[in-house]
Amino acid sequence: MEIALTHYLVVAAILFTIGVFGIFLNRKNVIVILMSIELLLLSVNLNLVAFSSFLGDLVGQVFALLVLTVAAAETAIGLAILVVHFRNRGSIDVEDVNLMKG
Amino acid sequence: MAVAALFFYIFSALAIGSAVMVIAARNPVHSVLFLILAFFNGAGLFLLLGAEFLAMILVVVYVGAVAVLFLFVVMMLDIDFAALRQGVLQYVPIGMVIGLILLVELGMVLGTWAISPEAVGLRVSPTPELTAVTNTEALGHLLYTRYVYFFQAAGLILLVAMIGAIVLTLRHKPNVKRQSIAEQVGRSPATAIEIRKVKPGQGI
Repeated sequence: MEIALTHYLVVAAILFTIGVFGIFLNRKNVIVILMSIELLLLSVNLNLVAFSSFLGDLVGQVFALLVLTVAAAETAIGLAILVVHFRNRGSIDVEDVNLMKG
Repeated sequence: MAVAALFFYIFSALAIGSAVMVIAARNPVHSVLFLILAFFNGAGLFLLLGAEFLAMILVVVYVGAVAVLFLFVVMMLDIDFAALRQGVLQYVPIGMVIGLILLVELGMVLGTWAISPEAVGLRVSPTPELTAVTNTEALGHLLYTRYVYFFQAAGLILLVAMIGAIVLTLRHKPNVKRQSIAEQVGRSPATAIEIRKVKPGQGI
């Protein structure tokens, strides 16, 4: 049985949905929210690479590389902010993030 | 081909299963480990698609750096994860509804979607044959010529992220004695010693 582009797109769509669901499910735990965002970016990368492979255009892989870079930077900054916030408040509950009274 | 199809199903089933465990695990350390498994299987899917360089980068960057960073933070901070898990079930319905809407929308897109015949003619950089040029080499040729500014911008983003993370987490404790090398080197005999005339038999 031949694996078509649609198969990959279905896998990416399921991963994306799991990522969004994870953000809603773990609304208090910032670490798991960051991990859900990583899952979302993985599914986006899967889409880019699948289209790149099946269309025979290499540019999709270049963009996937850039998405990977931004994802790594985002994780580093997010975890740094998390550590600083934990030092100040002693908690990583999203509901405790109210220092700016927003 | 049958082997490739078999591996596609193995990789995608494991990726989806471990993604579910990432968001469902009670212990965040288990979440991180399942995230590593999900990324490994994602790298396997990339390999099946012929994107070898990206697959290796995914393993090196995510499993080697990002997942270890997550583990580090989870283990370093003394967090009561049981308290954070409380009230999780009350968010399940709205999460289910939004996830279902999203999945149905994506499914509707997939159901009515087809590659336009002109798309092949509009390719920016057709992938060369794998027998002629390897994937890494072809990607390098593209990245260092046509997309060199994007490449530089990516490097700049990483630099800003590095400086930002250091600045955010660096802290100076006020009452810790530290060595000031500049002050030490800047000392001269004139500032280091003081000569006093002492009268005999009196002391200072």
